[in-house]
Amino acid sequence: MTFTLSPEREKLLDQIIARYPEKRAACLPALQLCQEQTGHIEEAAVAWVAEKLALSTAQVQGVVTFYTMFQQKKVAPNVVWICRTLSCELMGAKAVQQALEKKLGCHAGETSKDGKVTLLKAECLAACGYGPMMQLNDEYHLALTPEKAVEIVEAAKDRARDLPIGDPGGWQFGPQGGGTR
Amino acid sequence: MSVIVEPDEPPGAHPPAPPLGGPYRSDTLPDPPMIVLTDRWKLERSYTIEVAEKAGAYVTARRALTEMEPAKLIDEVKAANVRGRGGAGFPAGVKWSFVKPVAGKPVYLVVNADEGEPGTFKDRSIMELDPHRLVEGCIISCWAIGAHVGYVYVRGELALSIRRLERAIAEAREKGYLGAKPFGRDFPIEIYVHRGAGAYICGEETALLNSLEGKRGEPRLKPPFPAVEGAFGAPTAVNNVETIASVPDIVKMGGAKWAALGQLPNDGGSRIYGVSGHVKKPGLYEAPVGITLRDLIYGLGGGIRGAENGRTLKGVIPGGASTPILRPDFLVHAPDEKHPLHKWHGKSEIDVPLGVDTMRALGTMLGTCCAIVMDDTVDMVEAARNLMRFFHHESCGQCTPCREGTAWIERILTAMVEERARPNELELLVDVSNEIMGTTICALADGATMAMLGFVKKFPEELRAYVKRSKAPGLTAGLGTGRALPVLGASSDVVPPGRLVLPRGESGTQRGGAS
Ligand SMILES: Cc1cc2nc3c(=O)[nH]c(=O)nc-3n(C[C@H](O)[C@H](O)[C@H](O)COP(=O)(O)O)c2cc1C
Ligand code: SF4
Ligand code: FES
Repeated sequence: MTFTLSPEREKLLDQIIARYPEKRAACLPALQLCQEQTGHIEEAAVAWVAEKLALSTAQVQGVVTFYTMFQQKKVAPNVVWICRTLSCELMGAKAVQQALEKKLGCHAGETSKDGKVTLLKAECLAACGYGPMMQLNDEYHLALTPEKAVEIVEAAKDRARDLPIGDPGGWQFGPQGGGTR
Repeated sequence: MSVIVEPDEPPGAHPPAPPLGGPYRSDTLPDPPMIVLTDRWKLERSYTIEVAEKAGAYVTARRALTEMEPAKLIDEVKAANVRGRGGAGFPAGVKWSFVKPVAGKPVYLVVNADEGEPGTFKDRSIMELDPHRLVEGCIISCWAIGAHVGYVYVRGELALSIRRLERAIAEAREKGYLGAKPFGRDFPIEIYVHRGAGAYICGEETALLNSLEGKRGEPRLKPPFPAVEGAFGAPTAVNNVETIASVPDIVKMGGAKWAALGQLPNDGGSRIYGVSGHVKKPGLYEAPVGITLRDLIYGLGGGIRGAENGRTLKGVIPGGASTPILRPDFLVHAPDEKHPLHKWHGKSEIDVPLGVDTMRALGTMLGTCCAIVMDDTVDMVEAARNLMRFFHHESCGQCTPCREGTAWIERILTAMVEERARPNELELLVDVSNEIMGTTICALADGATMAMLGFVKKFPEELRAYVKRSKAPGLTAGLGTGRALPVLGASSDVVPPGRLVLPRGESGTQRGGAS
C-alpha cells in the first residue's frame, strides 16, 4: 500500500517546513495533514512522512504513538471526545457518557453500531467552567445534559463534513504562518 | 464549506465579572471589577483586528518598537513583578534577563498555549476572544529578548483558538506589524502557530520544546534550562499565554504602575481567575492578584450551588489538579510574627490571598489560579481517584517512579473505592507518594503526589473509612515487588520537606495551614 499527500496538502506542508530551522519540526503538522486526508494515520503515511522529513519510520511511529490525537485505527467520520476529568465529572459527565453509550449502542472507546460515530473518553479539554462538555470533531459543546448531548450527536451524524485543507476548521495556513481567508 | 459556524459570541466566553450585586462584600475584591487584560472580551467580534485596534490594540507595540530599547522593556517587565501565569510563578522579567544570545545562534520566544491542567480554562479564552493581545504581546516580547521568530505552541484540541490566532497573525502581518519591518523597525519578526497533538505533558516547558522539534513530548533534564538551551538548541524564553498577553498592558502603564494593581508584594498586576465545579456562576473573572478564594467562590462565583438546599463548601483545589486541596474549616496556624502568614493566623485557609508566595506558605500552590470547588456531597476519595487517573494516564513514562508510582496510586484508590483495599493500604499510598517526590525528571510526578498527599492531609478520615469498609485480607509485602513494606513513619524521624507522616488514628480536628 502506498500513500501520498494530495498536492494541495503537500504544498502547504512545504510552506510549514520552511517555518522551522529543522525539517523534523514539521513532523506533527505533517502527520496532522495525513490524518486530515484519510481520517487516521495509515502505516503507509508513516513511511511517507519519514521519507519526506528524512527521518526513520521508527522515529515517526514513535511520535504517532505518543500523542492521543493521532488515530492509529480507523475511526468513524464523527468522533466524540467526552471529558471525564474532575470539573466536568462534578457536573455530571458520567451521566452524559452513559446516555451516549446507550443511544449509540457502544461503549466509550468504540464505534457506534451504524459506524457513524466513535465515542472516546478525554481528559480535561480546557472548558472546565462550562461542564459537562464534549468535543464533537472540532467543535466544543458545553453545559451539556444527557438529552442535549444525544440530540447534538444524532444531528451531527448525517451532516456532511467537508473541511477545507490544512486547518482545524475553516482557516487556512498561508505562506509564512500567515493566512488568507 | 466549513462545518464550524463561527459564533460571534463563542460558547465558553463568559463576560467578565458583572459588578457585585448580592450581599457579598470584601475588602480585597474591587467593586466595580478591575478590567485590564480582558477589556476587549465583551466587544462584538473582539477577535478581529478592526475591533481590537479601535479598542487600542497595537498602540503599545508601535511605541515599543519605534521608541523603546529592549533593555528598557525588560526593566519594565521586571518592575511589573509579573509572576509566570503558567503555574510555576517564576518572575517573567528575571527569566527574560537570562535569555542571552550566543554567537551563531538565534533567540526564540515560545508561548506555552498547551493549557491542559485540569480545572484550567483561561488561556483558551484569551486566544478565542482577544488573540490580538497575545500577538501584540509576542511582538513586544520578541523585540525585548531579541527573537526574530516566536512559536505559539497551541494545544491540538483547541481548534477555535488556533483558527483565531492564525487569523490574527495574518491580519497583523498584512498591516505590517509582523514581517520584515514591523512598525518600520529594521527587526524582522515572525510568529508561527505550532499545533500540538494531545498530550498534557507537552505543557511542561522542555517537553513542549521536544514536541516543537517534532519529537515525542518527553521532558528533558534541567539544566540546561530553556533560557540557555531551548528550542533547536538555542536560547529560548518559554512563557505562558497569559504572561505574554499581559506584556502590552505592562508596557502601556509602566511596570511599577501595573505592579501596583496587585495587592501583594512581589506579585503584581491583574490576572484571570477561573472557577469551576459547584458554584452558582462558574466561569472566568479578572481581578487583581491577591483576592481570596472566598472572594472567588462567594463573590465572583456567586456562592455554592444549592446553598438554599443546605449545600456547603467542602474543599477547593486552588489552581489546577497539581495544587493540594484546601478546606474552609481548616485554620491558618502561624502564631510566629515572622511567619509570612501571621497576618491570617486563626483565619480560614480560604481567607488567605491568592498569591504565588502566600499559597506556597500555606502548603499548596497558586498554580494557574483556576479553582475547582467541591460541595459537601463530594466523595473526596472519588475526586482524588479521578485526578490520579489523570496523572497516571498523562505520565510520559520516562521515569520509573512516576510511571509505576502513579499507577500504584491509582490502583490503591480504585481498590478503596471498590472496597477491596487491604488494611495498611493508606500507609502504602502515603509511602509510594513520598518515594516518588523529588526523584523524577519533571514536575508532573511531584504535582501528582503533592495533590495526593493534600487529600490525605485534609481528608484522612474519608480514606480511612474506605479502608475500614474493605474486606480484603492484610497486605504483607509490596505489590509483587518482593520488597517488604516499610512501616510508615518508622523509617526516619526526620521528614524531608514535602513528605508526609501520616497521623495515626483519627485526626478530624487537625488544624491546617502553615506548619
Ligand atoms: C506537567 C506540567 C504541565 C504544565 N502545563 C502547562 C501548561 O499547560 N501551560 C503553561 O503555560 N505552563 C505549563 N506548565 C509550566 C511550564 O513548564 C512553564 O513553567 C511555563 O510555561 C512557564 O511560563 P510562565 O513563566 O509564563 O508561567 C506545566 C508544567 C508541568 C510540570
Ligand atoms: S516525571 Fe513523569 S511525566 Fe515527568 S518526565 Fe518523568 S515520567 Fe515523564
Ligand atoms: S475538566 Fe472537563 S474541560 Fe476541564
